[in-house]
Amino acid sequence: MASDGHGSERQRAASRRLSAIAGHLRTAGQQQRPQVAGIHCKAESSSDGEEAARSTTVPRRRQEVMKWNGWGYSDSRFLFNKKGQAEFTGRRYRLSGMVLPSLKDWFESTFGASLQHKSPATATLNASAVPFPSLNEAFLQDLKSTGIPFSHEAEDRVFRAHGHCLHEIFALREGKFGRVPDLVVWPNCHEDVVKTVDLACRHNVCLIPYGGGTSVSSALECPPDETRCIVSLDTSQMSRILWIDEKNLTAHVEAGIVGQDLERLLNESGYCTGHEPDSMEFSSLGGWVATRASGMKKNVYGNIEDLVVHIKMVCPRGVVEKSCQGPRVSIGPDIHHFIMGSEGTLGVVTEVTIKIRPMPEYQKYGSVVFPNFEQGVACLREVAKQRCAPASIRLMDNAQFQFGHALKPQVSSIFTSFLDGLKKFYITKFKGFDPHHLCVATLLFEGDRERVLQHEKQVYDIAAKFGGLAAGEDNGQRGYMLTFVIAYLRDLGMDYYVIGESFETSVPWDRVLDLCRNVKERIVRECRERGVQFPPLATCRVTQTYDAGACVYFYFAFNYRGLADPVNIYGRVEHAAREEILANGGSLSHHHGVGKLRKHWMPESISDVGIGMLKSVKEYVDPDNIFGSRNLL
Amino acid sequence: LSHTHSDCCCYHNSPKSYILLKTWDPALKKRDDFEDILEERRSSSDLRYALRCYVPVVYKGIAPCKPGVLKTAVLQSDRLRHVVAEMSKETGESADVIREEASGILEEMAHRLRLGTVRFFAYSLSKAFKALFQRVRVNEDGIQRLQQSIQEHPVVLLPSHRSYMDFLIMSYILYTYDLSLPVIAAGMDFLGMKIVGEMLRMSGAFFIRRSFGGDKLYWAVFSEYVKTMLRNGYAPIEFFLEGTRSRTCKSLTPKLGLLNIVMEPFFKGEVFDVSLVPISISYERVLEEALYARELLGVPKPKESTSGLLKARKILSEDYGSIHVYFGHPVSLRSLAQGRINRSQYNLLPRHIPRRPSQETQAFVNETAYRLVRLQEENMVLRPWVLVAALLLQNPDGVDMERLVEQTSWLRGLAVSFGAFLDWPGNTKAVASSLALHTGLVRTEGGRAQLAMEPKEPGSPEEDLFDRAASVLSCASYRNQILHVFLRPALLGMAMQMAEASRKDDIYSCFSFLRDVFSNEFILCPGGTVQDFDEACYMLTKCAAVHVQKQEVVATEKGQRILSFLTSLFQPFLKGYQVGPAPFLELVDYPRHFCFLGFLPSLTCYEALSSDVQKNALAALLRMKVVRKLKV
Repeated sequence: MASDGHGSERQRAASRRLSAIAGHLRTAGQQQRPQVAGIHCKAESSSDGEEAARSTTVPRRRQEVMKWNGWGYSDSRFLFNKKGQAEFTGRRYRLSGMVLPSLKDWFESTFGASLQHKSPATATLNASAVPFPSLNEAFLQDLKSTGIPFSHEAEDRVFRAHGHCLHEIFALREGKFGRVPDLVVWPNCHEDVVKTVDLACRHNVCLIPYGGGTSVSSALECPPDETRCIVSLDTSQMSRILWIDEKNLTAHVEAGIVGQDLERLLNESGYCTGHEPDSMEFSSLGGWVATRASGMKKNVYGNIEDLVVHIKMVCPRGVVEKSCQGPRVSIGPDIHHFIMGSEGTLGVVTEVTIKIRPMPEYQKYGSVVFPNFEQGVACLREVAKQRCAPASIRLMDNAQFQFGHALKPQVSSIFTSFLDGLKKFYITKFKGFDPHHLCVATLLFEGDRERVLQHEKQVYDIAAKFGGLAAGEDNGQRGYMLTFVIAYLRDLGMDYYVIGESFETSVPWDRVLDLCRNVKERIVRECRERGVQFPPLATCRVTQTYDAGACVYFYFAFNYRGLADPVNIYGRVEHAAREEILANGGSLSHHHGVGKLRKHWMPESISDVGIGMLKSVKEYVDPDNIFGSRNLL
Repeated sequence: LSHTHSDCCCYHNSPKSYILLKTWDPALKKRDDFEDILEERRSSSDLRYALRCYVPVVYKGIAPCKPGVLKTAVLQSDRLRHVVAEMSKETGESADVIREEASGILEEMAHRLRLGTVRFFAYSLSKAFKALFQRVRVNEDGIQRLQQSIQEHPVVLLPSHRSYMDFLIMSYILYTYDLSLPVIAAGMDFLGMKIVGEMLRMSGAFFIRRSFGGDKLYWAVFSEYVKTMLRNGYAPIEFFLEGTRSRTCKSLTPKLGLLNIVMEPFFKGEVFDVSLVPISISYERVLEEALYARELLGVPKPKESTSGLLKARKILSEDYGSIHVYFGHPVSLRSLAQGRINRSQYNLLPRHIPRRPSQETQAFVNETAYRLVRLQEENMVLRPWVLVAALLLQNPDGVDMERLVEQTSWLRGLAVSFGAFLDWPGNTKAVASSLALHTGLVRTEGGRAQLAMEPKEPGSPEEDLFDRAASVLSCASYRNQILHVFLRPALLGMAMQMAEASRKDDIYSCFSFLRDVFSNEFILCPGGTVQDFDEACYMLTKCAAVHVQKQEVVATEKGQRILSFLTSLFQPFLKGYQVGPAPFLELVDYPRHFCFLGFLPSLTCYEALSSDVQKNALAALLRMKVVRKLKV
């Protein structure tokens, strides 16, 4: 490491970086920082046989720190306090411990909801309601002899039976369980996985890999008609950085590591991957590879397919990997592209070599207000055209802008509120922006200071051509912070009869506006036709820009009071919205993946021949369907 | 509450009330009530009406723009740029020259809507309408539905087309109800009228050439112009599905060009939905009545000219009865296309590059067009005279008044049970007022009514013949208005006659044949044979004219009268198609028309002289490959 004179500079950068991440991801208390580890997995795990020495963010018993029927950490949640004001509990996030005075009004007026009408979740997991595990004894015997930790406790199994789709969480809140895995195993390293897969093949056991559990595609759902023993292969204990290569700027990492640990560990050495999907607190490197994940700063660092240099995957047929780390090769179709997006149907990703970058010297948030969404999109298109997109650029529509406002914490001084009022006056009265049409782009610049400032000017100049007004760093930063707490908000909504979810797509530039408008309108119309009593919230933002198009992200939620089967109606509306997306030239998914939720549309998305190609790979790699999650195909 | 011709002179003094149409069969389609919009005009200032504050509701997603901005948007559209570049490559002409040409086309085409002109029309039309018509009756529920639609989605207004009056009436009504004025696709011929043409332009008309077959640039400018207005929600777009005024008062086979254009923005996701609003405008007496008959006999249509219009002033002194305008339920294009059109077929080609619609799309557009024309037909208000005309045509020697009243009442019962939308003032009055309004076409002497056949001033035998034919055709144009009600049962009746057997299969195949033969003549949607057959069986069973069994269709005792009425109602067409092939040898000028009159056996065959019947017969024969075109 730091062999030159910049060592201390790098240390400073690292600590800045840490505080930046802590800005939206403040982790609890003083955990022991995991160290960059040696390659000898056995040696370590057998040394004291327990996890204490390598405390990762994610323990084997996830339920000790995380909710079993909602998003994220158990100590962090939104609630309405006795005064009817919204609060965010815990100490992990910037918003933690703060009061959000305008959330209640926004919540009640947007959804027609009321704090009087509660729909609380079942408080505790009733283990007796969980189906009894059907275990494959022979497999179990052999597994015991390998010494790989496992469990068939109800809590462990339930935790790995779901992702975070609305219907999954809704069922948990009602204390309902469908088919759950019969067994959970925690391999410690690549070799453990090889052994597990080998045993699974030998005893015809169904394996479903489990990374961070943040799937929103029903990918983790156990096929209800699976008669074999289902084993959830939890990679969370494979979370070491095995080596860092500073010459080539790569790191070799076990695939179970979650985003926040990976960044923190690399930061300590002065590096980062720059891969920050919204779920990065909990989602894992292997999960990113298996679903073709995308990070918010892909403009600088690239998406997962741009970041991986080498992948090791354990399949029933054996281990698949390339023999070199050449930065680009022409050796037939890229086998990485069979692996990326395979969604656990071919094998388990165990180790990944990933590109790393020195940590950015300087980071700056920003925001721009546009008179309307059309202008905003035109600006983003121009930025993409000039290929000068900042690390992140996102455009919220008006409804989301108002939502963001509702999440403003209580202002501490009269002066701040006076300033806010002044800003509002300037934009709406002086500049003539209609508060019901204006929208906001949030920006994040990274790099060395000079360049960031230069870059910033360039982007603001383009924005000005489209009527955009710079609206300050604060608004920008808050925009990104919200990304991490928004998932917690859904749980709050569900306490008061409001259900919702997000979904995404990618679409060519010329279709962006039409798609956004039509999908939102379709949602509103479908809700009305299906008897939803209150107008839904249907809002979108453009979250990524590409040369040839953009990624669009929708939030959709409604008040389900008066509906007998809200989840079913929710599903139908989401289905209709997806049809609308496809009819408007959007893709089936930009980064969430297909899972089982969207596989219905696969043939029309990639043609029958395309399906045949994927099937033939599956048939060769996993003829007995050991990886039987039945995602994708 | 029955309204007759005689009490309508004091009509405007009576308290404002909805006129209940008691006559429709409640078991059938529910229809709205009408309100007379002239009533208020007769009691308050036209000037104030024309100058009142006009603030129409507009489309929620409207991007307001002036006609000039609209033109620029069209000329700078991707579509036009693409076509210009392509043409420039093909012809070697510089892009600037082609762009100039496009700009010229647009200049010639585009409307220049001005509120001032609209107000002028509002004023002068108020005067004219009051002089011409007793009432202009509009279903206000329909107006309310339209108002709702206009705010939600781009709207396309599709009125029936029987008279030049149609679009004036439409704009007049929309102005009266504070709805946004439509932009109207009009034929270029209007521009021949010097000042009037430009005035129409300023009241929202845009002008299209009648034919521009292979002219790519023209098509591009035209379609982009219409689509731009639709996408922006600029104004409701109005055009006539039938393409031209129906000289026969039958609905014409719909033209698909404009319908294709207004649907495309939906197919391509540029708008969420498009509301298609069928509108039925029915005239108790068509202004162009005499002109049409002469045109059908081969006298060329008088060229539209301002002086012609001024000469036509004399029509102002006549009574044209009432007009009924029925705004149908807006039809959601999205719902129609659900499951029919896969919109993702447009995903792989940039949307501005024109391409032929797929076969499934063409079939869909065609079917939708037929559906909309049928909706127009269904909501067409029919006056008693239509029935009387039908009866008089079947009795060329005249009918006793008493008998006529009895027959009319019988026919009314039948029509209503088949779903006709009749405006009925009571049996005796119905006949009397009908005859009074159409004195030019019918004579009543000595308690008998008869078609007016003898010429006013005797001329050469040819001229007399011409006058007689003209009078029959005028009368027929009223009878034609009710044909859509009887069409399917009549086809069944004719098929039963033709099959000379009662086996259902035989009858069906005759039905199918007849339907095929007449598909240029009447609105018979391609591929709808089975449905039409079922409908016909249902209707004739309902009035107990036939028994439909599993294998057989048998006429009942009671059904004889109905069936013979139905077959003779359509007899002129059958005859017309039989003699149709005769005048194949170029029928342009009228003396030639008469070369085969010598062997005309009966009066009904005057209708065979109609160029419309001949044209349709020829088209049918060509289509069915009975004859072949040798020279084009």
